[in-house]
Amino acid sequence: MRNKFMALVTVCILLLACASGAFAQTLTIGLKGEPTSLDPHFHNVTANNEQAIYVFDKLIRQDSRQKLMPGLAVSWTPVSDNVWEFKLRKDVTFHDGSPFTAEDVKFTIERIPTVPNSPSSFTGMVNAIKKIEIVDPLTIRFHTDGPAPLLPRNLATFNIISKKYGEGATTADFNSGKAAIGTGPYMLVEWKRGDSIIYKRNDTYWGEKQPWETIIAKPITNDGTRVAALKSGDVDLINFVPPADVAHLSKDAKLTLAKSPSTRLIYLHLDSDRDDTPMVTDNDGNKIKNPLKDVRVRKAISKAINRKAIAARIMDGLAVPAAQMLPDGYEGTSTTLKPEAYDPKGAKALLAEAGYPDGFKITIHGPNDRYVNDGDITQAIAQMLTKVGIKTEVNTMPKSVYFGKASKLEFSLMLVGWATDTGEHSNCLSALLHTYDKDKGFGSSNRGRYSNPKVDQLLEEALVTVEPKKHNELLVEAVELGLGDVGIVPIHYQVNVWAMKKDLNYKGRTDGYTLPRAISVAD
Amino acid sequence: MLAFLIRRISQSAVVLLVMSLLVFVGVFYIGNPIDILIAPDASPAEYARAVHDLGLDKPLWEQYGIFLKGALHGDFGNSFVYNEPALKVILDRLPATLELAFAAMLIAVIFGIPLGMVAGMKANHWIGRNIMRFSILGFSLPTFWVGLMLIIIFSVHLNWLPSGGRGETVMLLGIPVSFLTLGGLAHLILPATNLALFKTSLAIRLTRAGVQENMQMDYVKFARAKGLPETRVIGLHVMKNIMIPVVTVLGMEFGSLIAFAVVTETIFAWPGMGKLVIDSIGVLDRPIIVAYLLITVTMFIIINLIVDILYSILDPRVRLGQER
Repeated sequence: MRNKFMALVTVCILLLACASGAFAQTLTIGLKGEPTSLDPHFHNVTANNEQAIYVFDKLIRQDSRQKLMPGLAVSWTPVSDNVWEFKLRKDVTFHDGSPFTAEDVKFTIERIPTVPNSPSSFTGMVNAIKKIEIVDPLTIRFHTDGPAPLLPRNLATFNIISKKYGEGATTADFNSGKAAIGTGPYMLVEWKRGDSIIYKRNDTYWGEKQPWETIIAKPITNDGTRVAALKSGDVDLINFVPPADVAHLSKDAKLTLAKSPSTRLIYLHLDSDRDDTPMVTDNDGNKIKNPLKDVRVRKAISKAINRKAIAARIMDGLAVPAAQMLPDGYEGTSTTLKPEAYDPKGAKALLAEAGYPDGFKITIHGPNDRYVNDGDITQAIAQMLTKVGIKTEVNTMPKSVYFGKASKLEFSLMLVGWATDTGEHSNCLSALLHTYDKDKGFGSSNRGRYSNPKVDQLLEEALVTVEPKKHNELLVEAVELGLGDVGIVPIHYQVNVWAMKKDLNYKGRTDGYTLPRAISVAD
Repeated sequence: MLAFLIRRISQSAVVLLVMSLLVFVGVFYIGNPIDILIAPDASPAEYARAVHDLGLDKPLWEQYGIFLKGALHGDFGNSFVYNEPALKVILDRLPATLELAFAAMLIAVIFGIPLGMVAGMKANHWIGRNIMRFSILGFSLPTFWVGLMLIIIFSVHLNWLPSGGRGETVMLLGIPVSFLTLGGLAHLILPATNLALFKTSLAIRLTRAGVQENMQMDYVKFARAKGLPETRVIGLHVMKNIMIPVVTVLGMEFGSLIAFAVVTETIFAWPGMGKLVIDSIGVLDRPIIVAYLLITVTMFIIINLIVDILYSILDPRVRLGQER
């Protein structure tokens, strides 16, 4: 029995070895997340959007630093304040050979708000469009209610599907591959839920030549397992390398790493609106008026945080101290804002000036399974605040419990993250710093309820200013004002790490996507 | 027998109802899934639309009513994240989990029972003592640690076996299975071994205790006195008697193998139900969580029933109908 068993094992191993040699053109990647669906409009989350670009294309692409680039559209120009004209790419075909035209674009945009049961849709990206006018098969005009400077940015977030296959198609039809007929670089072969998604190269792709014949994307959620899969050679490349493994992987001669800063900002939101905040008391435990309403207290908190120490020790160097909501160089970022320097003395002085020479008591809340090392960062911040006299207790919880409570405003000081997928500042300004306004759709994630009419006004003006330079200036002014006010306390941007076999080359992207079209064989 | 079955089934229905209520209310109070599912920059209007579409704006009792009505017709609602019937999503993953559990059970029986018999008969010999030492390790080492060790040794260092995933599958009676292909089998070995470790130790201990107890019994002495060969005494007479507790306990443990293979499935990226439910808890996908727990309870009820019936076959003194 034993001998037969061992013989069988040996045979298996030999076969596996042969199999891997025979498919040198195959790229196997280990991904942290699995898409919930292959319907590109069903669920707006990174894992889904990333897989959708394998099969489909967007009108406008984002490069690795999220600058806009031509995709299925070759140009986009405002013909008037309320009309954008898009010229479409010639000679593009879907995987079945049928041509791509303006009809497909119109169909896609009209489908987006109608996807049933979508837990998070792209409706917000298209609701500025009031009318779609097809000028000719390769020219399309979008009429908007008012000026819509962000329309190109918004149209760079979702993928274009085929009208022929999309009509009447359900989310399940995309998952089975029946409707997953795109213009993209790869064709879907099969999705084995929980195990792998297999793609085949589209040899008639309009864009750059694809280096891989077959792509196998394997979801491996467990960090340790993903690293082991790479080390054992089962996969060629993995994303989201856990910071603790970076040091030993970089010593492995058979592997190479790629690091890229991301747009994922880790920040503190502080309850700066209510007089009575739930998690603050004086040092004896009595209720006091909310000290976080005072900008000096908020500034003191920002000064008390040693961002460099967090980046170096807790994040193992995989974080960049942050001064605003997007890293330098993005649209609408200020060039004058610098990360707040660690200054415990200054923090104490500000607290005394604000009338809290002995500090007060506060509880800081944070998730413990959402961002890289989120629980540890929360702990560290609590210790730093306690050091300057704000006696801080820590309460961390799973994300499934945390976000519901945070949205119900049950916290006073909380650690949160934000990734600006659109790659420009109005997105995070609208959601985090604009006054909460349910009807107009502003401040959806403003859990500190920061409010400054001047910031609101600048942002709203930028949102109707189509001229790019003016638009940017308004955004920069709003950002400088809101962060000067410490509407949020930025901590750092996460750095994403990919690890791969030595003979591969991938630079990484700020949006964290792993795109096979950019993975090449190193010379 | 029939009366026994009817009583058992009606009791089970009550258990399921209570269970569904507890789970439903529990999941409801953890939080609102929309806060996790929706893109954070979604406008409040979009938020409200998603809440409405998923039926989360209704009061708890109404949501439970809708669920109960559907469940009676075998419909546990659509998964929030997959937008497919929860039952289908789970049943799609069931074959992978069953395969893993069967493989683990097979390993536990094939290795555990013979080793336990040796340990029982040679309790004071070095072989017996070493087997017992192994079983203590099997009990006390945490599953996730052993799993990672297996991967480090057999995948990373020796490069003999794949580190995770299910490998190639073929259809057997319409169900995808991996044990019929060599690649699939290679993928199965490590996770099954990992999962089997605890059960093997259990089988060793149960068998050993049974052997030691039975060897003192009169019927063994009598059988030996009659001049029966030792292999027949142990292989037939003793074996038959010790199998009763072993079958009972392993039967119960089989249920827990299926239901709680979660750790092993996560570590080995095995696409089974355990991994699914962990992912679903992470995003509060209520229909999946509730359906999964109800399926698990149903499974335990059925396994219990089978164990009771097997018990009565192995030991004719047990009469099912007279159970009080």
